[in-house]
Amino acid sequence: MNAPSMPEAPSQSSSSLLESIPLEVVSLVKRFGPVMAVDGVSLELRGGECLGLLGPNGAGKSTLIRGIVGRVIPDTGSISVFGFPANTSEARAALGWVPQELALYPRLTCSENLAAFGRYHGLSGGKLKESVAWCLDWASLQDRAGDLAKNLSGGMKRRLNMAAGIIHRPRVVLMDEPTVGVDPQSRNRIFEMIEALRGEGAAMIYTTHYMEEAERLCDRVAIIDHGRIIAQGSKDELVRSAFAQRSQVLARFDGPPGVIGVWVEQHAGRLLDGVAEFTIEDSTLIAGLLDDAARSGLELLDVTLRRPNLESVFLHLTGRELRD
Amino acid sequence: MIIPIVRTAIVSLRRDRAALALSFILPIAFFSIFAVIFGGQHDSTAKISVILVDEDQSRASLDLVRGLRREESLAIRTRPSSKNKSAALPEYTAATAEAAVKAGDAPVALIIPHGFGVHPISFGRDQGGASIQLLNDSSDMIAPQMVAGLLQKAGMTSMPEIMAEQGMKYTDQFIGGLTPEQRKRMNGYLEQLRQYETRQTAAGNTPAQAGSFNGPIAVQFRAVVGQNKRSPMISFYAAAIGVMFLLFTASGSAGALLDEAESGTLDRVLSSRITMTTLLMGKLTYNTLLAFTQLVVMFLWAWAVFKLDLFTHIPGFVVMGLCTAFAVAAFGMLLASICRTRAQLGALSTLLILTMSAIGGSMFPRFLMPEAMQKAGLFTLNAWAIDGFTKVFWRDLPVRELWPQVSVLLAVGIVLFVISRRIARRWEFA
Repeated sequence: MNAPSMPEAPSQSSSSLLESIPLEVVSLVKRFGPVMAVDGVSLELRGGECLGLLGPNGAGKSTLIRGIVGRVIPDTGSISVFGFPANTSEARAALGWVPQELALYPRLTCSENLAAFGRYHGLSGGKLKESVAWCLDWASLQDRAGDLAKNLSGGMKRRLNMAAGIIHRPRVVLMDEPTVGVDPQSRNRIFEMIEALRGEGAAMIYTTHYMEEAERLCDRVAIIDHGRIIAQGSKDELVRSAFAQRSQVLARFDGPPGVIGVWVEQHAGRLLDGVAEFTIEDSTLIAGLLDDAARSGLELLDVTLRRPNLESVFLHLTGRELRD
Repeated sequence: MIIPIVRTAIVSLRRDRAALALSFILPIAFFSIFAVIFGGQHDSTAKISVILVDEDQSRASLDLVRGLRREESLAIRTRPSSKNKSAALPEYTAATAEAAVKAGDAPVALIIPHGFGVHPISFGRDQGGASIQLLNDSSDMIAPQMVAGLLQKAGMTSMPEIMAEQGMKYTDQFIGGLTPEQRKRMNGYLEQLRQYETRQTAAGNTPAQAGSFNGPIAVQFRAVVGQNKRSPMISFYAAAIGVMFLLFTASGSAGALLDEAESGTLDRVLSSRITMTTLLMGKLTYNTLLAFTQLVVMFLWAWAVFKLDLFTHIPGFVVMGLCTAFAVAAFGMLLASICRTRAQLGALSTLLILTMSAIGGSMFPRFLMPEAMQKAGLFTLNAWAIDGFTKVFWRDLPVRELWPQVSVLLAVGIVLFVISRRIARRWEFA
């Protein structure tokens, strides 16, 4: 699909505004009763980049995003959008938020939904019409413009939900798990939309607990767990800092589970869902490992050698799987 | 296998407070309200307020007034009540009594005219003496009949010597030996009565309306309010039922706020340029217009089908309609902001609205309720709205006379909205 060209940004994007850092979060803390939802998070979103916020459910991703859009008041810390504190009208105008929930009016059509949210952001007249048309095109919903939101498929609703979040053409977009509950085909369509949006120069925070999404879409990734950012950088930087040049071996064996478990433990590996996982300094060491397995009476079913990925990094840093 | 099903249902019900309230509190609340209205609990059956003007001041009229004062079911007033106890207002005259009935201060006024004492009782029309005037508000169909009956009773019990004296007179007149001449006169009079009754029946008048014989004390009925109305209770019920359903619609419509909060739409709206105050004011405006439109449709239907005189009362209708719509919309907003879920809202609104409607006169006219209930009704929007519409459509009062109802409805609406705005802070930020 040829991505439509984004309409001109609002006039407030003055040169001084563009020179500022799109988004800066400093030492943000938010506690809900006894639960520490966000624990001293600091991050910076640079112009035009996509920063992935990767973490399991309940890690504090959504709370952080809601804090940025002013829907959660932090206990301490600060947030600024192009230099303006969060929750000011300037910050609101510059931010676009795509919430995890389908926050739409089910009895309004696609066009009416977009027009409603456009008006809430102060658009009117020709600019509103232009933005609605652009968003429908961007979300590939032109032919469903007159359909009620409640009658759309799950994937279409997700796309409309995204379009409603950027109707006012924000320079910073916060996508909170936009692919939750959609089929692979719709997910690919959503990726294309995001890539098109990035092509227009929007800076973006993309929260997800899907490692593949973060790897495909994001320039940098911040790994968040228990409300804290435990690492951030590009994928390569994160992998390098966690594993250096080491590789991972994934192997499945046939044999008594108890025997397999003991053997894996002896070789500093871990057993996850029946798959033994080892980190080796050099790929040539795989032969020795498999020989030792054979000597221990374990029959090898299959084996994979791979470079560690973000999921490996998360596991390495937290001792837990990303989707726990 | 039946027991596990029952057990599951009981556990579910126990955890559903809304369903519990609807199942147990609402029926008890309703039972209590209607028991108080109809059960005569606490010995507080409604007294009929009667304005009494004794122009005659004769021995007979004074005896009659004393007799009427002894009637426990009547509250006799001879002068308007004054807030300043040291400066009593002057007694009612025939004119001020009529004005008071028109204004709704009392459903009935009795005027004992000059000359009543000359012939206090009569057995038919034109038998001498002046008839007592019973001025009534025809929206209350029960009070004039009760007062007329009690008037006859008071006459019979409070004027025994006058009764005897007048009885002798009639005996002399009609029965004294029944000479051929007397028999002829008696028959002639009876024939005259028969012809009169036939004419009145043909004209469709009731004996009371026609002022024909309705007891030893001659009474002439005159409706001073609603005498020209084609459908006496239509405007009352249009307002009464209308307000009740307005309350339901308003709370249901305000409940959209809960849906939006649950779906996340509210968060998204509040992350735009819209503030919570703007949002609530927008919802209030919409709900007010919706409620007013509902009233317009209801009254148009009453006009088209039940001949309600709508178009000669447009200014009063618009003023009362908008004030009522504003107050019920604010009431709905308050309920929606108090409740956490739609189910809670459904239960609470049903409980409150049905209770308010029962006490406030939407189900049963307040003037037929015990005095305490009538006063309790003043704590409901229904009562003020119905009173206002009654002033417009029943009493034909000008718009300026609506100031008490307009003031109360607007003030209550503003207060409810301010409270709901305060409660809605819970949605603003986490």
